[in-house]
Amino acid sequence: MTASVETRQYVAKQPSILARIFDRWLIKLAILAIVIIWVIPTLGVLISSFRPGGLVNATGWWTVFTNLGNNEWTFENYDAVLNSEGFGNAFLNSLSVTIPATVIPITIAAFAAYAFAWMEFPGRQWIFVTIVALLVVPLQMSLIPLLKLYVTFDLNQTFPAVWLAHTGFGLPLAIYLLRNYIGSLPSSMMESARIDGATHFEIFTKLVVPLSVPVLASFAIFQFLWVWNDLLVALVFLGGEPKVRVITLALRDLNGSRGEQWHLLTAGAFITMALPIAVFLGLQRYFVRGLTAGSVKG
Amino acid sequence: MVTTTDKQVSPPQPAGDGPPPEEPRSSFTTQLLRIGVSLVVPILAILGLYYAGTVLLDEDANRVLVVVMALIIGVVGVFGLYVGMDWLINKLPERHRDRVRPFAFVGPAIVILGIFLLYPTINTILLSFQDSNGQEWVGLDNYVTVFTSSDNLVALRNSLAWVVIVPLFSVVIGLAFAALADRLGRRAEAVSKTFIFMPMAISFVGASIVWRFIYNFRPEGFGEQIGILNGFLTGIGQSPIAWLLQEPWNNFYLMVILIWLQTGFAMVILSAAIKSVPGEIIEAARIDGAGEWQVFRRVTIPSISSTLVVVATTVIITVWKVFDIVFVMTGGRFGTHVVAEQMVSEFFTNRNSGIGATLAVVLLLAVVPLMIANVKRFQEQELTR
Repeated sequence: MTASVETRQYVAKQPSILARIFDRWLIKLAILAIVIIWVIPTLGVLISSFRPGGLVNATGWWTVFTNLGNNEWTFENYDAVLNSEGFGNAFLNSLSVTIPATVIPITIAAFAAYAFAWMEFPGRQWIFVTIVALLVVPLQMSLIPLLKLYVTFDLNQTFPAVWLAHTGFGLPLAIYLLRNYIGSLPSSMMESARIDGATHFEIFTKLVVPLSVPVLASFAIFQFLWVWNDLLVALVFLGGEPKVRVITLALRDLNGSRGEQWHLLTAGAFITMALPIAVFLGLQRYFVRGLTAGSVKG
Repeated sequence: MVTTTDKQVSPPQPAGDGPPPEEPRSSFTTQLLRIGVSLVVPILAILGLYYAGTVLLDEDANRVLVVVMALIIGVVGVFGLYVGMDWLINKLPERHRDRVRPFAFVGPAIVILGIFLLYPTINTILLSFQDSNGQEWVGLDNYVTVFTSSDNLVALRNSLAWVVIVPLFSVVIGLAFAALADRLGRRAEAVSKTFIFMPMAISFVGASIVWRFIYNFRPEGFGEQIGILNGFLTGIGQSPIAWLLQEPWNNFYLMVILIWLQTGFAMVILSAAIKSVPGEIIEAARIDGAGEWQVFRRVTIPSISSTLVVVATTVIITVWKVFDIVFVMTGGRFGTHVVAEQMVSEFFTNRNSGIGATLAVVLLLAVVPLMIANVKRFQEQELTR
């Protein structure tokens, strides 16, 4: 009896079917509007990068839609940017910077995180608290003294200078994330491994690292995107010489030298965006987790 | 559960290989070994990297080879150093091994943090009390300059505006989108969220170029407008606008870029939070006769308030340190300086390390409360572990 009364009340308070269908369409329209606004900037760049230079600079890119079947498409812009504007080299330089600058901090942080979680040593607690405090220090604090240090040791404008700088800036977050994860592994597992005679090093490489793959992947993607997209650190410690120039810097230079040649600029922009977008689309799930955890980073 | 434990380790381990329950007074030798072991990896690594760096910079080197070498150094090199160090420690007299080993694990990280974050931070604070070359002490002069000179005041004003406006729009749009998309079908939700989220993967420089194209302006009579905004304006019979020259509105047009980049972040995190609100609470509110808007305002928002705070704080920190967008779009001209960009131009363009350092300290001071909050939260977590 009571159940049926409740059901009746519940039904009575639902809006009419017509209103609900209207609501649903309103939501769809709102979502669609926001998505279109968000996509237009990238779409414009993508379309322009495949149009011949003369056309890009003469008519708006949106005219391709009113002019269907009558459009010209070309790869020339990419060819020009990759070769004569040096983006091909810059792309490889970016890889040479990004891969070690991602792997080195992960390696160092994983060992440290294991020690913080499962080893006893004096100062363990307060050293980790210091690392937590360092999480939000803006990297601008390091630029000037570090540059002076690099000049003294003749390391400035070399790849290792940037690898080490990115390692330093990435370490607090990496240690923090990994320590939280590694520390939450069951202690019974660690103990039985030790009873069976495994050393710390064996436990780390054979047990902890394989179990930590998800969190390692999250941080790797996070750091990869951060280093690949970085301009400031590369600008300060690596500089604009063509043999070391990374791709964000190449794009900045192209913007300075050919600021109104939009067929080149759009192709250049798309080359810098292609790899991070691919990584992002492929590994979105891990990336989201890294972001959530990285919410505390400075 | 434990599958790896059946592995036999050939050399019998010394008794007491486990963490000693209570640290006895360490001998002088142990201390020396600890320091030594902490320094070995970083020093070897830096030397190795230095050598590799000179090879990698060789003009004639094959570029693909360079990438491969970088990969090898990154993956194998650093890990190899740890392997070598563990081997060395196993050669030590037994009584030292376990007291030294943790420092082989944690030492390199501490040394690198010391060199790359701790030392520079202290040094920058000292530099902020010195003159433009770091030669003489000038007391608070730099701080007086930073808070009185017109360029720096503009930068401070703009940074404050960025810090309020960008997080506000990113969070509101992100929240609205997350709440609306929650009502779509699964597939439609995932696809639409990806479109909003994708700019997160784009660099600030890339995004700046993308938006310079949007804001592109040609004076009337200099050809068709190719920027979509001015294309639209001329299409409806208006005059085109030089967006980036319109003080003070140009600041807002630059902020739009960061809003475009950050909304996806806010949306994804908030969407996860919305989904974790228990369905029974929402259902109960509906049965009690609450409309959808009321459910959202009175039930959903209070349930996700802590996530809202975290998201807003994260966006605020990102915004506070924004450098690339202003640097690429306007170079700080037309009244668009912000603190992080002004810091770089004071040091690298004006060669004034005193003012540059002072601006960096201003950046740091603003995040100190957050630093304290992080430490406090961490200590509370540790107590409840």
